Amino acid sequence: MSSPTSTPGGCKRGRNTNPATPSSEGPTSPPSQRRRGQDSSTGDLMPMPTSPATDILSPAAPQDTSLFSSPRPSVQPNEVDMSSPLMYGTPSSRVEGTPRSGVRGTPARQRPDLGSVRKAPQVDLHSDTDGAVASESNAGQRLVIWGTDVNVATCKEKFQRFLQRFIDPTSNEDENAGLDLNEPLYMQKLEEISVVGDPVLSVNCLHVQSFDAELYRQLVCYPQEVIPTFDMAVNELFFERFPDSILEFQIQVRPYNALKTRNMRSLNPEDIDQLITISGMVIRTSQLIPEMQEAFFQCQVCAYSTRVEVDRGRIAEPAVCRHCNTTHSLALVHNRSVFSDKQMVKIQESPEDMPAGQTPHTTIVYAHNDLVDKVQPGDRINITVNQSPISLIHRRPNGFSNVPAGIYRAVPMRVSPIQSNVKSVYKTHIDAIHFRKTDEKRLHGVDDDADQKLFTEDRVQTLKELAAKPDVYERLSSALAPSIYEHEDIKKGILLQLFGGSRKDFTQTGRGNFRAEVNILLCGDPGTSKSQLLQYVFNLVPRGQYTSGKGSSAVGLTAYVMKDPETRQLVLQTGALVLSDNGICCIDEFDKMSDSTRSVLHEVMEQQTLSIAKAGIICQLNARTAVLAAANPIESQWNPKKTTIENIQLPHTLLSRFDLIFLMLDPQDEAYDRRLAHHLVSLYYQSEEQMEEEFLDMAVLRDYIAYARTYINPRLSEEASQALIEAYVDMRKIGSGRGMVSAYPRQLESLIRLAEAHAKVRFSEKVETIDVEEAKRLHREALKQSATDPRTGFVDIAILTTGMSATARKRKEEAAQALKKLIQAKGKTPAMKYHQLLDDLRGQSETAITKELFDEALRALADEDYLTVTGKTVRLLA
Amino acid sequence: MPSTRDWINNPLGVVEGMFAASQSDPNSGWEAKAVEFFKDHLKEKDAPTSVPSLNDVPLHYLKPNSLVKFRCLIQDMFDPEFYMGVYETVDPATKAKVLRCGKYKDVTECGVDFNSRNTVTAERQTFYCVPIPGENPWVKESYAGSSQARVVPSTSYAPTRQKRSYEEDDEMDDMDTQPQKQREPHPGPQSPTEQHGNGDCKRQETEAPSSQTASTSHLDLNFPLPGEKGPSCLVKVYENWDNFKLNDTLEVYGILSVSPALSALADEKDASSSIMDPTESMETAEEQRVHCPPASLVPRLHMLHARPVSHNNPLLPSATLEDNSAFLSSTLSEMASVRAELLTYFTHILLGDALAAEYLILHLISNVYSRRDVLPLGKFTLNLSGCPTASYTERLYQIIQQLVPSSYYLGMSLQNMNQMRLVPKKDYVANRLASGVLQLARHTSLFLDEIQLEQGQLDTTGVRNVTALGNLITWQKVDYDFNYHQMEFPCNINVLIVSEGRSLLPSDCQIHLQSQVTPANMEEYLSSIHMHTQTSSQLNKFRIYLSVARLLDYNISDEMTKSVEDDFVDMRKDDPQSVSAEDLHRMLVVARLLSLSLGQTSLSRDSWLRAKHIDMLRRSRMEQHKCVNGNEP
Repeated sequence: MSSPTSTPGGCKRGRNTNPATPSSEGPTSPPSQRRRGQDSSTGDLMPMPTSPATDILSPAAPQDTSLFSSPRPSVQPNEVDMSSPLMYGTPSSRVEGTPRSGVRGTPARQRPDLGSVRKAPQVDLHSDTDGAVASESNAGQRLVIWGTDVNVATCKEKFQRFLQRFIDPTSNEDENAGLDLNEPLYMQKLEEISVVGDPVLSVNCLHVQSFDAELYRQLVCYPQEVIPTFDMAVNELFFERFPDSILEFQIQVRPYNALKTRNMRSLNPEDIDQLITISGMVIRTSQLIPEMQEAFFQCQVCAYSTRVEVDRGRIAEPAVCRHCNTTHSLALVHNRSVFSDKQMVKIQESPEDMPAGQTPHTTIVYAHNDLVDKVQPGDRINITVNQSPISLIHRRPNGFSNVPAGIYRAVPMRVSPIQSNVKSVYKTHIDAIHFRKTDEKRLHGVDDDADQKLFTEDRVQTLKELAAKPDVYERLSSALAPSIYEHEDIKKGILLQLFGGSRKDFTQTGRGNFRAEVNILLCGDPGTSKSQLLQYVFNLVPRGQYTSGKGSSAVGLTAYVMKDPETRQLVLQTGALVLSDNGICCIDEFDKMSDSTRSVLHEVMEQQTLSIAKAGIICQLNARTAVLAAANPIESQWNPKKTTIENIQLPHTLLSRFDLIFLMLDPQDEAYDRRLAHHLVSLYYQSEEQMEEEFLDMAVLRDYIAYARTYINPRLSEEASQALIEAYVDMRKIGSGRGMVSAYPRQLESLIRLAEAHAKVRFSEKVETIDVEEAKRLHREALKQSATDPRTGFVDIAILTTGMSATARKRKEEAAQALKKLIQAKGKTPAMKYHQLLDDLRGQSETAITKELFDEALRALADEDYLTVTGKTVRLLA
Repeated sequence: MPSTRDWINNPLGVVEGMFAASQSDPNSGWEAKAVEFFKDHLKEKDAPTSVPSLNDVPLHYLKPNSLVKFRCLIQDMFDPEFYMGVYETVDPATKAKVLRCGKYKDVTECGVDFNSRNTVTAERQTFYCVPIPGENPWVKESYAGSSQARVVPSTSYAPTRQKRSYEEDDEMDDMDTQPQKQREPHPGPQSPTEQHGNGDCKRQETEAPSSQTASTSHLDLNFPLPGEKGPSCLVKVYENWDNFKLNDTLEVYGILSVSPALSALADEKDASSSIMDPTESMETAEEQRVHCPPASLVPRLHMLHARPVSHNNPLLPSATLEDNSAFLSSTLSEMASVRAELLTYFTHILLGDALAAEYLILHLISNVYSRRDVLPLGKFTLNLSGCPTASYTERLYQIIQQLVPSSYYLGMSLQNMNQMRLVPKKDYVANRLASGVLQLARHTSLFLDEIQLEQGQLDTTGVRNVTALGNLITWQKVDYDFNYHQMEFPCNINVLIVSEGRSLLPSDCQIHLQSQVTPANMEEYLSSIHMHTQTSSQLNKFRIYLSVARLLDYNISDEMTKSVEDDFVDMRKDDPQSVSAEDLHRMLVVARLLSLSLGQTSLSRDSWLRAKHIDMLRRSRMEQHKCVNGNEP
């Protein structure tokens, strides 16, 4: 074993300078070939007599302070280097007494998140023989921490240089708000620390990487050694610059955003002891656990006291009092020991990271000190529950161990053959160094899903190629729900809905946000695969919600307050609309919804927010969701003789909030039937592969949409604006001739949104005339279907905006006038029979007078205070 | 054949031999070779049957560390675990170091050197597997009967146990599972099953683990269906675990590990180590109970090879049909005649209604063969309305139970709907997926008895359960409840709904039963149905028929496509209101199933016309009954 072997880890590795003993400082790194032998097991087997530092302080003390006879490596002079991070945080660095500023004056705080491996010796890279002592002079450059290729001095220097020099002019992170981007970023942060007094420095690993790739590699590979070095570097720098500041404890560096982002599923033994970032969802947090960091022992005989630091989760109880040499006389004094906070957090894979058909994995994370209670299970305070990954930077330390202590105690005795077997499974956990809620920003203001999805170069290339094709719009729309036949325009509409318009913010000028989402209503005969279309969209988009109007209440759609059974806290549970923020909310059976439920939608569909005032919680939540609703006609079959409003019986205030309203009707003509039959039959006999060829893959479509939504933000070009203005004016003109209003500003907004969405489909940063043309066409098609007045055959937007067509209104007025004339002609009769009046009016009028029309005319006259209707008699007033 | 015995009785020896041989050559890829070795051996004729099965041999008769097989469903997937793939042991006396292989083992040898540089950490995945839910007794018996494995009780077993009679066992079971039973009052069919088993239950001691549940009841083994028996197993998977999906049915060949050390360790940890190491106690007691149950109840199985179970019918050869052309051709030639017999049989059972019998056959061989985006193709949920009495539906279920490999009877009583857990739910405290009735294997027949439903109020759970059933029928998927979100799992379950009027659940096809029996004679007729049992050879024929018909391939020629299209256009022309796209969907499925039921693998003109014809008959019958019940849309 004394023959040094290179490890397959690919890293340069320190040579073995230790004798061939199974000491805890043993040179091997068993599970991952990277660990430095800090299994809790060994701690029990061969407890180290405290730390090397104590040995220095009391050089006179005998080598073996305990009765344990394990041979330990002789402490070599060059291993004890006061500047090394190995000394960091040990009692020796703690100067008690007068609190004065400076590195030495500020107490270092234990970093349980890094484990207790700071005592690994430094070794000389070139010392080939055991115990070779490198001279102090040349040791400087060649010393590395044992088991790694990290040289403390170089590393420290590099990091200080990084802190002093790093400038990130393109930074757009929240945390950097208010910092001058052209000055060294981290120096400003240090200044902030000196003012605020919160001794935590978060360092973005990407910054480190762009500054010094080698340093970054070391950080990722040997976080346990490098981070203390960073701590030391930053503290030296800090106290040099702000010698008078007083901190609670020394500054701790918290790196985040390591590039090696992994999902939980791909964690493997090679990741042990590395710095990685994973994302997941918090499912459980434990109570706070006080963890002993330093035990205080006092001799019962002579009252001599000693401190023992925790070593890999164990405290080695000194068996002999150093002062009076009594054995087993030391007792632990609890309230003089040092504890730190610890919390167990269970995280689970986020649903979108998971392959289909498998269950999510969970991992245990330990949060320490101030990270305790930073996260909540299910992130309930955050409105988007299932889409709230929390990325953590962490390492996976020693990954140990399920080995029960009893077995080790039994080893020398060899009691029973069964007990000497050991379960060969490691227990793994993750120590959190940094939590970052990715959804935090979503509570306030706009976010751009920037960190949502990362695309590989190849993927982007494929998507761009696809976008360059002239028929990309048709391709994508036909790829949408291929199992549903035809309805091309509806699919196009939904496609544009999936892309959405550009988000505009006029909050500064006081106009608030403009809705960017396109809302679509499908109405039509039952059995025209509306639900299927909704299901498809729900499956396609990552943040989709599917509800049925029949089963959902206003509370289920919005949010409700409930008392958490465990904590007795009031928590806000979010409903479908809030959950689909930035996604699509599919509502089936829209017409079956109760009125109170529907009223919630008014705010959501225009202002895109949800106001909640419940149980003392008053808040406004974002619900920037596009609504895709499906409604059935009231008479189960669509009546072409009636208007849309009459057919689906929805309030026009709500209908006018839909950008596009489509009818899905059974066309009933032979050619259509034939195509439909062909489509259906082929569905049943073509194999999966054949279908795949014809249509785009669902995954490609999904990526395409995600990419466009994230990166493309089209703006109106000059020509496009002109085209839009013209289109709007044209629309207004159409109706004006007949005294009807055919367009409202809402329609113009719809047009703009649709045009922007179409530009997004083309991956174009500019909205051009063709986009406007398509938006106009689609809008017209939808209107043609839904807003055609069945009596005149003209498109009349008033049907949707006021619930009654202009012609109908005109007819009502005419009837009222005719009725008035009729009554006036009758002379002074204070009361009339209802039926007789109706018959008279019918006899007089040349157009057909329905009973409904007659009633409306009567009501209009009643409004004028001309008459009143009581039961079956009509009385004149005045 | 001593070699055979060797690889079955001592598979670890084989593995270790290979491991030792590979030490000289680091690139030998011994792991792949070892797996190959077992795969090759299992390919041999009769080899699979000579491996004892956990399903039908009680655990205490199996030799630890021997090769066993287990027919199971993946109920849950636990987190991956890291274990010592290779480790070094030190002999305390001689200080000699030996490299050992930790693969396929739970427990290491004594004297592990934890600091050895040769330790290699490897990763493996754990699946929690249960016997296939709803597996019918005839399947179990048939498998047990065909097994050639001679099970020698292990020497540690002293057969002093009082041999209890089956009835006593049943009583015991009843007592132990009482709370469960009260919660989910088990409907009738359970008893006939047991009655049936009773006839030949006086078997050898080495068979059927009937007494196992008695001892396991304190531990919730998380079976999807209430009242299930049999061992559950923690299967450790060493490679390609991404290929397995939840609810897959597998036949796992693996090394049995029942080392008492596993439970001993667990106990000891509870006592001492939790004080020593606070981090150990972070796992809740529930979690530990679920993830490290005593090995005597939940044995560990280290997977060497797994064969996906495509049909779970012991009467069929286990290989795929294509590989077994002789069997296929012989069955195909007989298919038409068997179908006729089956039709007569069903007609008799369905009170002389031949049309309903026809539809029942089609239903039983239906299968979701593909999915187009969200649309499952090939499902054929049948709603049999107009069923006379409750006792009749139970009889009907018993008959179906005799024919299909796995099935489940769900009485849709208000109590059941309001209290049962149909949808699996993630239990975060114990960190496992608490199973529900709808966690079923492929091709399971779910028999929904709506006659049990009476007037009353459905509470929240009830509404959720009914919605789940509706989703299952329409989309063939179940949304598992993960508390913070839902996850969709596709399934392939044949749902048969029996009801008085039209069912409140959606269905692909509804047929009203037309009884040819006068109400006066009904009682007598019903009682005679059960008497009229088929001979077992006849039953076996039916069983093979139903399984084979479901597995056949099917296609439609271009000409037929054309003529079907024409037909549809014509039908629409005649009566556009009554024929919709949905009708075409259904007729295409009916035509497909009709062809397959006759053993034809492509659509013929005749089958299409016949499909149209029976669909017409059915529809005209529905017209008649439209006014009869008020459940119409």
